[in-house]
Formats: sequence, C-alpha cells, structure tokens
Amino acid sequence: MEPFTSLRAVALPIAQPNFDTDQILPARFLQKPRALDFGEFLFRDLRYRADGSENPDFVLNQPAYKPARIVIGEANFGCGSSREHAVWALHDYGIRAVIAPGMGDIFMSNAAKNGLLTIVLPAAAVTRMIEATLAAPGLEIAVDLEAQTVAMPGSGDGLQHRFEIDSYRKKCLLGGLDELDYTLTQLEGIEAFERGYTG
Amino acid sequence: MLLQRMVMPNRMNSSREIANSVPQTLFEKIWQRHAILTRADGQTLLYVDSHFLQDGSAPAFELLRQRGLKPRVPHRAFATPDHYVPTNSRDLAAIADPEKRAMAEALRDDSAAAGIAFFGLDDARQGIVHVVAPEQGLSQPGMLIVCGDSHTSTHGALGALAFGIGATEVAHVLATQTLWQRKPKTLRVLLAGMHRSGVSAKDIILTIIARIGASGATGHAVEYAGPALASLSMEARLTICNMTIEAGGRAGMVAPDATTFAYLKGRPFAPQGAAWDRAVARWRDLASDPGAAFDREVMLDVGEIAPMVTWGNSPEDALAITARVPDPATAPSAERREAMLRAIRYMGLEPGQALTDLKIDRAFIGSCTNGRIEDLESAAAVARGRKVAPGVEAWVVPGSTPVKREAEARGLDTVFKEAGFQWREAGCSMCLGTNGDVVAAGQRCASSTNRNFVGRQGVGSRTHLMSPAMVAAAAISGRLTDVRDLLTDR
Ligand code: SF4
Repeated sequence: MEPFTSLRAVALPIAQPNFDTDQILPARFLQKPRALDFGEFLFRDLRYRADGSENPDFVLNQPAYKPARIVIGEANFGCGSSREHAVWALHDYGIRAVIAPGMGDIFMSNAAKNGLLTIVLPAAAVTRMIEATLAAPGLEIAVDLEAQTVAMPGSGDGLQHRFEIDSYRKKCLLGGLDELDYTLTQLEGIEAFERGYTG
Repeated sequence: MLLQRMVMPNRMNSSREIANSVPQTLFEKIWQRHAILTRADGQTLLYVDSHFLQDGSAPAFELLRQRGLKPRVPHRAFATPDHYVPTNSRDLAAIADPEKRAMAEALRDDSAAAGIAFFGLDDARQGIVHVVAPEQGLSQPGMLIVCGDSHTSTHGALGALAFGIGATEVAHVLATQTLWQRKPKTLRVLLAGMHRSGVSAKDIILTIIARIGASGATGHAVEYAGPALASLSMEARLTICNMTIEAGGRAGMVAPDATTFAYLKGRPFAPQGAAWDRAVARWRDLASDPGAAFDREVMLDVGEIAPMVTWGNSPEDALAITARVPDPATAPSAERREAMLRAIRYMGLEPGQALTDLKIDRAFIGSCTNGRIEDLESAAAVARGRKVAPGVEAWVVPGSTPVKREAEARGLDTVFKEAGFQWREAGCSMCLGTNGDVVAAGQRCASSTNRNFVGRQGVGSRTHLMSPAMVAAAAISGRLTDVRDLLTDR
C-alpha cells in the first residue's frame, strides 16, 4: 500500500449529497480486471455523455480540476454498494484523500485498505470548502496526516481544521502497512480462540 | 408519528433490576462472543462464523493468490452465483460477455479449488446469496456473518450480526476467518401499532428510511423490535433488515423468537434432533436484556403507514402513493433544493404531479429485498385474473431456484404468465443489471428492489422502489397505483 504523509493538491468539489458508489463507479465495470486503470471508469456516466463525448458540465471536465488529488463531498458520500472498485477508481485516477461531513461505513473501510485517506469534518467547514473551490477552480487543499490537519492555504481564510482518525489506521497509512500482514502475526491468538469456541 | 430521542448513556439506572450484570443488547452479546482481541485504537478482531460468497468474489481470491494464501477455514464459506447469471437460461455459456462469464466461472473454480460449498446454476439451491442462505438454514441466530455485498444486513433478521464488506476484507476473512471492526453504536427501532391492509414490510422500511434519512443509521447496528415487529413473518423481517443499509446502517437485527425458530426448524443446514433443542435454548438468551441501553431509539406507529413509492434517486426520497412529487421551492436548504431539482430532472418529473399519474414502461418483481415466496404471493394476489397494461414489459425473477420451484408448485407462475408477466430464472437480474438485464435509458420502472440510484438499473433508467404488490398494481394499470384500489375491488 502506498504510504500517505502529507499532500497539497487541487480539490475536486462533488456538490451532491448521498453520492453513492454507483456514481463513483457504475456497475457495468465491476467485472473488469483489477490490472486495468480504473481511473478511466471514475464518475463515468457523469463525465461522459451517452455518445461517449465529454460532458462539459461535469466538474472533472473543467481543466482546472483535472489535476485533482482530493475530493470534497457532501453528506453520505460513498453510500450504497460495497464495491471496492469505487475506491480503486478514485485511487487509480490519483485521488489520495476524500473530505466529507459523513461517508458510508463500508466505503471508509475500503478506502483505508487502499491508501485513500477519508477525512470527516463538520458540515459547515465542508460547505465552505466546496464553495471556495467552486468559486476558484483549481484551489488547493493541504492535508497533513501526522498533524491531522486540513487547510486551504490559497483561499485566504486562514482556517485550519483538525480531524480525527484511528491511531492504527493512521499508522498503516503513514507507513503504507497492510492489515492482513499484521493479522497473520496474530494467528496463535486466533487458533486459541477457535479451540475454546463453541459457536 | 416518529419520535427520536437520545437514550441516557448512564446504564446504572436501568441495570438495577438485574443484579451483578449490565443488561446487554442482542448486538453486544453477539459482538462479545466473537471478539478475539481489541487493539489499542479500539478496533476489535472478530471471529467469522459464516462467510457467504457470490460471483463478485474473483478480486478477493486474486488478492489471496498474489500473497500465496489459501482460504483458512473453507467449511465456513458458502458460495452461489447471482449477479452475473442469465435469467433466461441455466447455462453459464449463455453469458455473452467473456469478462462477465469469467466472474461466474471464477466463483465455481475458486470454490472447487478451496473446498468451499458451491451452489451453482445446476444446483437446486442456487439463487441470490441473501435469499439462499436463510432458506438453507445457513444464517442462524447468534452468528457473525459477513459477505462481500452491502445487503448482507439481510441475515440479521434471524438474530445474527451480519454486515457487508469490501474485496480486501473478503480476502482477509478467507485468509484468517477474522475481521477488524470498530464497534458500531446501537439504534433500536420500535415498531408499534397494526399495519393496514395493502401495507407490507417494504412500506415500513421505506418509511423508516424516509424519516431517519439515507445516512440516519450510519455507524449503527440497528435492532428492530416492538409489538408490530413481533407479529411480522420471517420474510417480512428479512426485507426490513435487508434495506437497513439504505439508511446507512452497519447491520439490521431482530431478536430470535418463536417465528425465527419455526422458520429455521428442519432447514438443511439448521441443527437437527437434540442439537436443535440445545441450539434453541441457547438462542433464547440472545434477545436484548430488559433495560439494555441503546445509543439511540426511534419509534414508529406502523398503523399510520400507507403504501410507499420513491420518486427520486435516494431511497430516502420515499412518499405515500397518495402524495405528489415534491416542489423544490419548499426545500429546507439550498443543498436540498439542488438535490431535489437534480432528481426531478433525471426522473423526468414535474413538481406537484400526482405520483399516480406516472406512467411506467417496465415492472420488476424480484431481488434480495423482495424475491421470496411471500413477495411473489402478494404480487400474484394482485395480478390474478388481470392483464399487464399494454406497452408495459413486466418481469418476475424469483430470488432463488427453491423460491421458483415453490411458486410453480403453488401455481403462481401460471398466474403471472396469464397476466402477461415474464417468468424467469433466479438471480439478481434487473436490480443491478450486471447480467445484462437492464432498463433502457429514459424508461420508467416500478421495481421491488432496493436502490433507485441514478443509472442503477441501466444507464439513464428511472427506478421507483415499492413493494412487490405495488409493482404488480403498477404493471396492471400502467402507472404508479395505490394497490389498495385493486385489493378492494375484489
Ligand atoms: S438482488 Fe440486487 S441488491 Fe441484492 S445482492 Fe443482487 S444486486 Fe445486490
């Protein structure tokens, strides 16, 4: 897993509540092999029209947002289907962090397994960030995982937000560590549990 | 109609009646019995009793292979193909797209290689994994169940703790039979009153989601309880737990009771003989203790619920069928107004339009939400002796092969076929459309499924969620219809 320490990058505002994982990655790409670049399928039906041409109204098709590496979402971002492919699509496009007032539980868990940092901030703070990035496309957000802070250095609002993250999840992200490797070191404990288990 | 209050976090008050022990919820009992160890950051390693697999599992097996790992406890895994299977044939070769066919074949081959029980297309037990597992008696009270699919919450109806996971977690469970989880909060939904005729479990859960919102239960294990819940059948409870994820809930649960035991008894994988009696005695202790504290509680009088339909692109956009398309001008916030306008545009609606004026092109009865025998019975009761409206293409896709056989034994297939419905083979079908069964762009579909997301049933599809009886009513009249109108003229 790719380590995450800090990042200053263009933020992509997705100003829609309940933005489900079907929108992030439509179901018709679920059978595609993981070896492919899932970034191609990211927001597919919003990015492209039925005839295959780019939809100029979608944020990601505005040149200033194309280098985005951070997504700012509204309430309940990543709700719905458990497809990890949604995280793969964000990851493969180059997105390293998602900021929202709330996200689907399974989406957050999948993100953590793929080096995608999920940051939950109060709704008012997220709304301000979305408004700022919509008003000034290409605006950057700075994320510091060690310090657990998010700021918009270029926006002049001078605000810095602190976010919470599980200490272990943080350690895994900082070091690019994999949870399965760790669990495999705990096999003795699992076996001991199984010996006493009657369920 | 609905009260929401924070429950006092201080458990001492309520625990006085039970000396020496803090009353526990159903959720806490199951959690505790499966906790192997808890990390300093609060994450707990949980033991998994049963792991259900469907034909989206290929990436997880691939992850295992990359690490040179094998499924550690294969007898705790059960597999059946559902997402990619054809519903007009029982032959995998009928899947035209080679990548999709490979998904269904991979499940068969990976299961065989690992020694995992597999109910394939030629097996009389095949079907949607969330229909099959309860039906086979694989989902049992007190179990911790996972599956790489968000609707795993379904199995909680039997008194299990069951939740959906992603591909990396599926690989983790296969490799270790365990999973790391942060303990969710608890939410109890108390159902009181008597539901009226024409109102089903689907209407109850759509009402709950509309009230608490699509993220109203995020981070929570939800227990459904109360007198109205106790009187619901197991199939109704499965429908309610199934859609708990549409309110963001981590799990939906119901304490096992006489209904649960009657449903399970004699099923192929349920304990038999003396083991059955011992199991039931154990299962009786699972119910939440009197005075057990929940982090939140919600109450609902089901007597006030009418048949529901969704109008927008989130399951929370549900209204009584007697209502009208809402007017974004009345939205409580600018964000909500934007979201409503977007949904109204996508769904091809006019603010203020009567929901019963919406003409449909497609009708779909099936899915892990409403593809069980009671669902088909309720739809057949509406379709019997009537005809699908001209111009409407109506399908019935049983949730499993056993459901299909049972329906045929009861003559329901004839009822549907005589009415003009297509009677198809078991699978997920048009719920998600990954097998190619899709709703065309711009078509409006009355659907007994669980998600009305943009493009869910096919690019540009317009989905209205409702109960199977309501879908049948819509198919017959050609427009969204209050099923009670068709029940009363009988
Ligand atoms: S029926 Fe629909 S929701 Fe249920 S498992 Fe299949 S695709 Fe998922």
